[in-house]
Amino acid sequence: MTVIEARGLRKAFGKTIALDGVNLRVEEGRILGLIGPNGAGKTTALDAILGLTSYQGELRVLGRNPWTERDLLMRDVCFIADVAVLPRWINVSQALDYVAGVHPRFDRAKAESFLAKTTIRHDSKVRQLSKGMVAQLHLALVMAIDARLLVLDEPTLGLDILYRKQFYDSLLNDYYDRSRTIVVTTHQVEEIQNVLTDVMFIDRGRIVFSCSMEDFESRYVEVMVNPEQIAAARALRPMHERPVLGRSVLLFDLASDGGVNQKLDRQQLSVLGEVHTPSLADLFVAVMSQQGGTAPGAAR
Amino acid sequence: MNTQSNTMPASPLGSQVPAVFAATRPMYWSIRREFWENRSIYIAPLAAAGLFLLGYMISMIHFRAKLRAAAGDQALQYNLIEHSYMLGAMLIMATTFIVALFYCLDALHGERRDRSILFWKSLPVSDLTTVLSKASIPILILPLIAFAITAALWIVMWLLSSAVLVGSGLRLPVESLHFPLVEMALVLLYHLVGIHGLWYAPIYGWLIMVSAWARRAAFLWATVPLLAIGIVEKIAFNTSHFAGILSYRFGGGEEPMGSMGSKATSIEALLIPNMSLGQFLVSPGLWTGLVTAALFLYLAMRVRRSRGPI
Repeated sequence: MTVIEARGLRKAFGKTIALDGVNLRVEEGRILGLIGPNGAGKTTALDAILGLTSYQGELRVLGRNPWTERDLLMRDVCFIADVAVLPRWINVSQALDYVAGVHPRFDRAKAESFLAKTTIRHDSKVRQLSKGMVAQLHLALVMAIDARLLVLDEPTLGLDILYRKQFYDSLLNDYYDRSRTIVVTTHQVEEIQNVLTDVMFIDRGRIVFSCSMEDFESRYVEVMVNPEQIAAARALRPMHERPVLGRSVLLFDLASDGGVNQKLDRQQLSVLGEVHTPSLADLFVAVMSQQGGTAPGAAR
Repeated sequence: MNTQSNTMPASPLGSQVPAVFAATRPMYWSIRREFWENRSIYIAPLAAAGLFLLGYMISMIHFRAKLRAAAGDQALQYNLIEHSYMLGAMLIMATTFIVALFYCLDALHGERRDRSILFWKSLPVSDLTTVLSKASIPILILPLIAFAITAALWIVMWLLSSAVLVGSGLRLPVESLHFPLVEMALVLLYHLVGIHGLWYAPIYGWLIMVSAWARRAAFLWATVPLLAIGIVEKIAFNTSHFAGILSYRFGGGEEPMGSMGSKATSIEALLIPNMSLGQFLVSPGLWTGLVTAALFLYLAMRVRRSRGPI
């Protein structure tokens, strides 16, 4: 079953085009990472999916129009837009009361048991909690909602590494099952690489790359080329080349034509040097540089 | 605990069977939420009542002597007794009115300023529910709070003055006064709900709409355009219809300048409605006001839908 389906999604703010005809399809049970440089349109895309912004084009989320049916959609969709969106004046038990009072699918006992594992007290106000604790509280509220789609926009921005690790661990172990779908954007690509089932790169309002993680692992290969074989390696049309410690690391797409009218394979490449699977971040940089010029430092 | 999820079949279809929705009360919880966030809704009028009571207790020191001196003089008795009740009511009323104005200006602005709008919008509560819950505070809740606190204040005042008179042979000359307490309370309730709630509704609606729309300086956006319209009208046509409309609204339905003069000398004249309940309910001023308020609130809802953090 399709959870999100977008066709020709467009959004412009004045002269700035944030979304330039995005086509997107997310099936149930997937964990999709939406990765792109700053200002690529990630947040706008998520805002459209969540009914927070108007758009042109066609968009259905769980069969609903998010712009006109946000309140109904939010029974089945949860989102953590950013770390610090919980109101600072609310205290923990008020937050539990409120969500329990307005959300038909909120299981208060579940939220309480998650909170019991933290050091958060029920009478603390959000303004008294550390950033990491606020994220834990928000996650506790969201995980106790039996939603079908969870959208996370930079959910761990500004958290230290322990909280970030814990965040994704909780999400995977205590929340995710195959009937739920998760869409996540983050700059910390390395941290979610092994969480994702699918990945999309977005740049200047367009989806420039999309594949499942299984395909990613079988399709892309990085070779740390022996210096004497660099010319031979370059002849095989790598996607991207970067220097590491005085040697060149070349990234190949095995599905592409290696310049000799035959498919590349790992065997062939292993002759040239050390072969390994690239990280998402490396692929991202390669794809972005093929796109020709992008924001510096993106995806790091 | 969660029997529902335990009984769900483990098949992939399981999640597609719509779960029985727990009963929710978004309007009720949205209003409660306002009390959590804006404690001035009840603390400010309570503080005003406390302050007034303090003054009243000090005035009790010479109450016996004053009451003796006022025997037989209705004007003096009025000043001594009824006047202080009215004064207490006025203080609480003015406090809640100021609270209402500031509340409205911040209602849909604060949630954008502190980014919490993203949290509120992540929950299945419609923009309509949110706007109506916020509008209900000045239109309904604050008048009722003002009434409850005033009524409590009056009872305490009455008990205090009675206690002071115990054993003195004097008693409160209530029957000689213009209004007995209960009747005064009913007039007060009518005034609060009728004028402060319903008659002023378009003022609150306007402020709530501006608070949803303005990026910053909501107070300026709420006031300066009105001034500008009045001034432009004056210069262009040498008329002041717009100013007239505003003062008609703020004056609680009084004719802008005319009849105020004589009545306003006594405080109670401000409280006593200048029309009966029946006249009030069919007066065009009330209904044009309510329609205007509804229009402003509708616009506030539309604006909030497309607004995010600022």
